[in-house]
Amino acid sequence: MGTADTIFALSSGAPPAAIAIIRISGAQAFEAIELLAGRLPAPRRASLVTLRKPSGEELDQALALVFPGPGSATGEDLAELHLHGGRGVVRAVEATLAMIPGLRQAEPGEFTKRAFQNGRIDLNEAEGLADLLAAETEWQRRAANRMMGGAFSALIEKWRVEVLRLSALTEAELDFSDEDDVQAHNSQSISDSCRTLHTAIMEVLNTPSAEKLRDGLHVVLGGPPNSGKSTLLNTLVGRDAAIVSDAPGTTRDRIEVPVAFDGIPLIFIDTAGLRDESHDRIEIIGIERTRAAFDDADILLWLGAENEGPPHPQLIEIEAKSDDPAHLQKSPVAIVVSAMSGGGISDLKAEIVARAKHLLPPPDRFAINRRQRHYLEMVVADLAEVSDSHDWLIIGEHLRQVRMSLDRLTGRAHTEEMLDALFGKFCIGK
Amino acid sequence: MGARVALVSFDRATIGAMSCNPAIGGLGKGHLVREVDAFDGLIARAADDAAIHYRMLNASKGTAVQGPRIQADRRLFKASIQRQLAGHDKLTIVEGEAAALCFAVGSGTRVSGLKLADGTRLSSSAVILATGTFLGGKLFRGEERLTGGRIGEAAATILAEQIRGAGLPMARLKTGTPPRLDGRTIDWSQLEEQPSDAGRWTMSMMHSHRALPQLFCAISRTNSQTHDIIRSGLGRSPLFGGDIAGQGPRYCPSIEDKIFRFGDRDGHQVFLEPEGLDSYLVYPNGISTSLPTDIQEAMVQSMAGLEQCKIVVPGYAVEYDHIDPRALDSSLAVRGFAGLYCAGQINGTTGYEEAAAQGLIAGLGAATRLFGMPMPAIDRSNSYLAVMVDDLILQGVTEPYRMLTARAEYRLRLRADNAPTRLTPLAIEAGCVSSERENLFKTRVERKQALEAAFQTKLTADQLLRHDIAVKPDAGRMSLSEWLRFPMITGRDLVAILYGADMEVDEDALAEVEQDSRYAPYLERQDAEIRNIAANDRIALPDELKYSDIAGLSNEMVERLEAARPETLSAASRVRGVTPAALAAILVYAKRAERSRSIAA
Repeated sequence: MGTADTIFALSSGAPPAAIAIIRISGAQAFEAIELLAGRLPAPRRASLVTLRKPSGEELDQALALVFPGPGSATGEDLAELHLHGGRGVVRAVEATLAMIPGLRQAEPGEFTKRAFQNGRIDLNEAEGLADLLAAETEWQRRAANRMMGGAFSALIEKWRVEVLRLSALTEAELDFSDEDDVQAHNSQSISDSCRTLHTAIMEVLNTPSAEKLRDGLHVVLGGPPNSGKSTLLNTLVGRDAAIVSDAPGTTRDRIEVPVAFDGIPLIFIDTAGLRDESHDRIEIIGIERTRAAFDDADILLWLGAENEGPPHPQLIEIEAKSDDPAHLQKSPVAIVVSAMSGGGISDLKAEIVARAKHLLPPPDRFAINRRQRHYLEMVVADLAEVSDSHDWLIIGEHLRQVRMSLDRLTGRAHTEEMLDALFGKFCIGK
Repeated sequence: MGARVALVSFDRATIGAMSCNPAIGGLGKGHLVREVDAFDGLIARAADDAAIHYRMLNASKGTAVQGPRIQADRRLFKASIQRQLAGHDKLTIVEGEAAALCFAVGSGTRVSGLKLADGTRLSSSAVILATGTFLGGKLFRGEERLTGGRIGEAAATILAEQIRGAGLPMARLKTGTPPRLDGRTIDWSQLEEQPSDAGRWTMSMMHSHRALPQLFCAISRTNSQTHDIIRSGLGRSPLFGGDIAGQGPRYCPSIEDKIFRFGDRDGHQVFLEPEGLDSYLVYPNGISTSLPTDIQEAMVQSMAGLEQCKIVVPGYAVEYDHIDPRALDSSLAVRGFAGLYCAGQINGTTGYEEAAAQGLIAGLGAATRLFGMPMPAIDRSNSYLAVMVDDLILQGVTEPYRMLTARAEYRLRLRADNAPTRLTPLAIEAGCVSSERENLFKTRVERKQALEAAFQTKLTADQLLRHDIAVKPDAGRMSLSEWLRFPMITGRDLVAILYGADMEVDEDALAEVEQDSRYAPYLERQDAEIRNIAANDRIALPDELKYSDIAGLSNEMVERLEAARPETLSAASRVRGVTPAALAAILVYAKRAERSRSIAA
């Protein structure tokens, strides 16, 4: 075992709660349990123990579980204490643990970092776990589960084996074809195989990205000042997030409200109304931001005149303020809503959910994040060049680049910086 | 470099003898020859002095994988080596059997010289073992067993015992050689001829033309009858009787191995290579064997053109001791011993070219250590020399190691034609290049630079079209070196545009500039990769690092890392089976050790 410190942290949610779980990982984890509980329970079995301070003062009645390394989640000796979830109990147990020499509070992401370093998970699984821990909605949780389960890693492995085969054919052509006894291959069959692989990877690339799932889809409300955007937003999210007044231009900056409809993460964004002739400097800046929000929108709710909204593939025409006889009329394409009466709101929600489901990765597939997308795009670019080349040397070089990109996806070509960035995302104790 | 060197050999007259096939170069191997030449080594010049057949392998493929190869006249090759050695005034040839390494008084690990079997002691601060197949050498042919490194020569048996006794990790490898045929009994008229290349290239940069008349080789083929004969003898083969424990090379198998493993093939090519201008001996490349002599005769006579052929010397297999090269550092010094180096087959390699390259590295290692100089900065991105050393010391060997272009990840830049450009500056800096070569190299550099400057001239697609070069009219305006990225445009075309069709330029320099330009986009892309590796190369791993203390390494990884003791983090990343997670753990551990050391200091 290494000389690393033994780390501990509260691994469940913030107290107070019914129970609180403290995890301890490292060479001294079992020693710590023995110190507090007076004995070491049998591995992998929940045991009721009484935790005491060194002075003998009772801390709590708790369940203790020990998992000997390297077969544990972190690859080290790992222990869990399931405490009664009061703040005082948790604080007292943590303080007692901190007093043991060699034990310290874990840094953010450190349990996962150790799991990675000890070969318990690969980089893609680590990223999947990070997403799982951050997953707030059911859809996010299911996709993260797929990634962590290694579905993506298994796919990369399959591709890697195929690329290795193609590389071997190419190298045989380069190193042995002039020396007899290697049947000449033609570059055509390699090109064909590369095209097949290209198609398979493109299919994955064409699925929506994981960031959307993690951060939520942007649903932007747009329209001229005083068209009722803020009122509609407040109705949709069920609280007063935006200031509403009859004075046009009240909303000068964008307002973002994260919500979930049917387990789908959404961020509603209210914008400053679009007016062309404003001279108010602050309002002008607000309008520029509005245009940026439109560009960034996944779904755009348009409350202005029909067909006058910005071009957008997911624009929903809204006929708002339907309770007001003087309201802006639209064709039957539009969804008619009244924030005042609540009429049409459930139709609008259903429409948003239907469109969102198309934009998000399906829950039974894994989703790829920006880093993974980046390397897959490199793979695809190199594969395309293989298909175009007749120079074996260049084919070999592109296939080598493909292998490197695939290796990077599983973390082979990692750098310290990348690891730090990745593990910095974890919250303490997971 | 000025070191005084003694060359110890059983028999002065056999120095320069080619043990196996009379050929130098080939794919990957030709690169090594040119690289040794770039450091002023002898092999390329000896090859040219003896060359009776030149062939550029892979001539139809990109320059980077083209392998220059020559057939040598055995007698002339040896004569050239002997002549060149005689020209070195700091070199003394000592005849005798190297029997034991001597160590400094009170030290079992600091080399102080060598003891010969006759009791003579040679004192030196470094000893390079280049034992070939002689260390514990044992010959096999059918039921026959002989002690020796080559047929008719002795083996270094006493030294083998001492080395095994010193606790070095030793193992056995096997290689083989085919029978030698009497060319006067071959019916050449039946066989397909393979003439020498028409080109004017030579192995050494120091030579501008080919000196000897060129012979042709011929090609015969094994057939189903040959295969039946071989099968009938398998029971009498030492390879299949379990007598040979050493692993032979997969890429250069004996003919019985080929039949055993690829029995479904209807035939295997056999190249008939003449052994010299005034020799009737012919080397049948492709039928290395240790079958009994009677089977060898029947096998040979079953092939087209060889029906009446007489065998002069039957083929045999040789099994010999080698050291696990993972016990060596990047200068081929044995770790834990001061002043002990190994080069050639003792390190588990095969081939003259691999041996010459290691002789160079070990010699540089010993001399730079003696003079307190740094090793020339060779690495995987600038030479096959370093690719081979790095492979050997990190991966070890499971079969005799042979160079292949596939081993070099940066082979686009490691061409046989640019070896001087890549390496001669390092060689000049290390002081191992003659003034004659240095001057020749400088001229070459100047010519190349002049061409490179000229190739920065920008021309439009129109200008090219007017000279009948088929480019797209809308391709725009580019420098000549950028135009060279189009495969159908040659350097010669562009020189004609610049200076007129009659302009004479240095063909070698032009070819090099053309190839540099051709692959420039790929080389630029590799540059970033090489910089990253260089960054990890700066993270030194201490020699005393205890891998067993690092949590998360499997026993297998610990074993491999302990055996190879990578000098840097990037070297560790190349050790087979080391996963990214393991590498991260090593990095963290090494960083922590470094931190605690710097706190302690």
